[in-house]
Amino acid sequence: MAIKLPIYMDNHATTQVDPRVVEAMLPYFNEKFGNAASRNHSFGWSAEEAVENARAQIARLINASPKEIIFTSGATESNNLAIKGAAEMYREKGNHIITQVIEHKAVLDTCKRLEKYGYEVTYLPVQKDGRIDLDDLRRAITPKTILISIMYANNEIGVIQPVEEIGKIAKEKGVLFHSDAVQAVGKVPVDVQRDNIDMLALTAHKFYGPKGCGALYVRRRNPRVQLSAIIDGGGHERGMRSGTLNVPGIVGFGKAAELAQQEMPEESVRLRGLRDRLKDALFAKLDEIYINGSMVYRLPHNLNVSFAFVEGESLLMGINDVAVSSGSACTSATLEPSYVLKALGVGEDLAHTSIRFGLGRFNTQEEVDYVAGRVIEVVERLRELSPLYEMAKEGIDLSKMNWKAVAEH
Amino acid sequence: MAYSDKVVDHYSHPRNVGTLPKEDPNVGTGLVGAPECGDVMRLQMKINPETQVIEEAKFKTFGCGSAIASSSLATEWVKGKTVEEALNIKNTDIVRELSLPPVKIHCSVLAEDAIKAAISDWKTKKGAEKPAETAAGS
Repeated sequence: MAIKLPIYMDNHATTQVDPRVVEAMLPYFNEKFGNAASRNHSFGWSAEEAVENARAQIARLINASPKEIIFTSGATESNNLAIKGAAEMYREKGNHIITQVIEHKAVLDTCKRLEKYGYEVTYLPVQKDGRIDLDDLRRAITPKTILISIMYANNEIGVIQPVEEIGKIAKEKGVLFHSDAVQAVGKVPVDVQRDNIDMLALTAHKFYGPKGCGALYVRRRNPRVQLSAIIDGGGHERGMRSGTLNVPGIVGFGKAAELAQQEMPEESVRLRGLRDRLKDALFAKLDEIYINGSMVYRLPHNLNVSFAFVEGESLLMGINDVAVSSGSACTSATLEPSYVLKALGVGEDLAHTSIRFGLGRFNTQEEVDYVAGRVIEVVERLRELSPLYEMAKEGIDLSKMNWKAVAEH
Repeated sequence: MAYSDKVVDHYSHPRNVGTLPKEDPNVGTGLVGAPECGDVMRLQMKINPETQVIEEAKFKTFGCGSAIASSSLATEWVKGKTVEEALNIKNTDIVRELSLPPVKIHCSVLAEDAIKAAISDWKTKKGAEKPAETAAGS
């Protein structure tokens, strides 16, 4: 089979909308364009029916009840609503929030803002495998703790946190547990009952749905979670999120959830196979490459590898017919290498050489073989160009070099 | 972020990649940058002690495409120049030639530093070897 270039292998950033999802959405741009909040005519009713159907599809995917799904503009908003909404609602109970250092910025920056308003935030470290230590969590909980916010799976390294255990601890201590699950939903079985999750952020575009359409699961029973709204208005979504619903987006979200649930058992096995094939191909041909994060507790479609002595952006430039991303500073706006890899204890030198592969529903084995071949070819070429590789081969310990003196030479 | 054609050209066809013998008294080696910063350049020049002309230049670079292009261009530019002329190469000349965007200016600075470091290494070596020559001659 001929390969169509460029190849997209950056499915942690976003995913292609499944054609079946697009098809489901189309009528809601055209003949069924009504506002789901219009209660007195058929345009409104059919929109409302479609939204409620989608709500049920999404709820089923995470084992929630439909009434517990609050639609938002995306997971960034969902995370903001969960954390700020709970912080304000439970201010009387306490002002302490626990999260961890490798959260997405939507969580970290929300917590930072709350610190300015007098909240106290504990940022738990992660272990070398990328998971938090549950004893650290237990120790961090105080009588003033109102919320634990720990992501389900990380967007860079795909590492899955011990969510079920965290849920148990949170329940024992009577603390709310919120999880940013954007990378996990639709990819691995997420169950808010099993995991004792009180709030959970998800978004359609990470599992083959449209962008601009997310949700927050908010538990209604045992305990009943209440949130202060951060967007005020017409009182939609049980008063937690005002604003006219994005009906076509929500329909697509629901369809994507239904497809994910149907196809997950088979798809996750297939993607794990492709991911391992990619990993094995790279390890067979290249020395001095390192996996970042646990290979055991990991999303099936994620691979994050450091190619020592080869700077990430230069590698991306060489494989310009393949879309992947790098933890190198040169690819970020801040000129800092990945804070996630740093938190794992990966040295900055290796953080600069990391590449994240995110496989998806539409990747084929031919594509994986092609990508592996291209990466190997470019890494070998760039190592020929790398003074560090030459020095390492000569037996010079790069970590013992006085680079500061070199820099000031 | 799109790369300029010249950066792509140097990245795809780097000029003068390689290694010169470090111990050669006529070879100056400049190693600048740090792995933690994501850029390390090594620039080497073989300089004729009589004419002070840079007869050969080689580089190896760990860094982004712009860093590779800056050092590749530097080797092209210093070759055939005298030491004094090479010292006049400014990072801004490299920025202009490669159309580097503001976030990549540090790559050109590093290339200028590498030229200076290589020449200074050569000068140090020469200075150190003078007395030895005298000793051999007497």
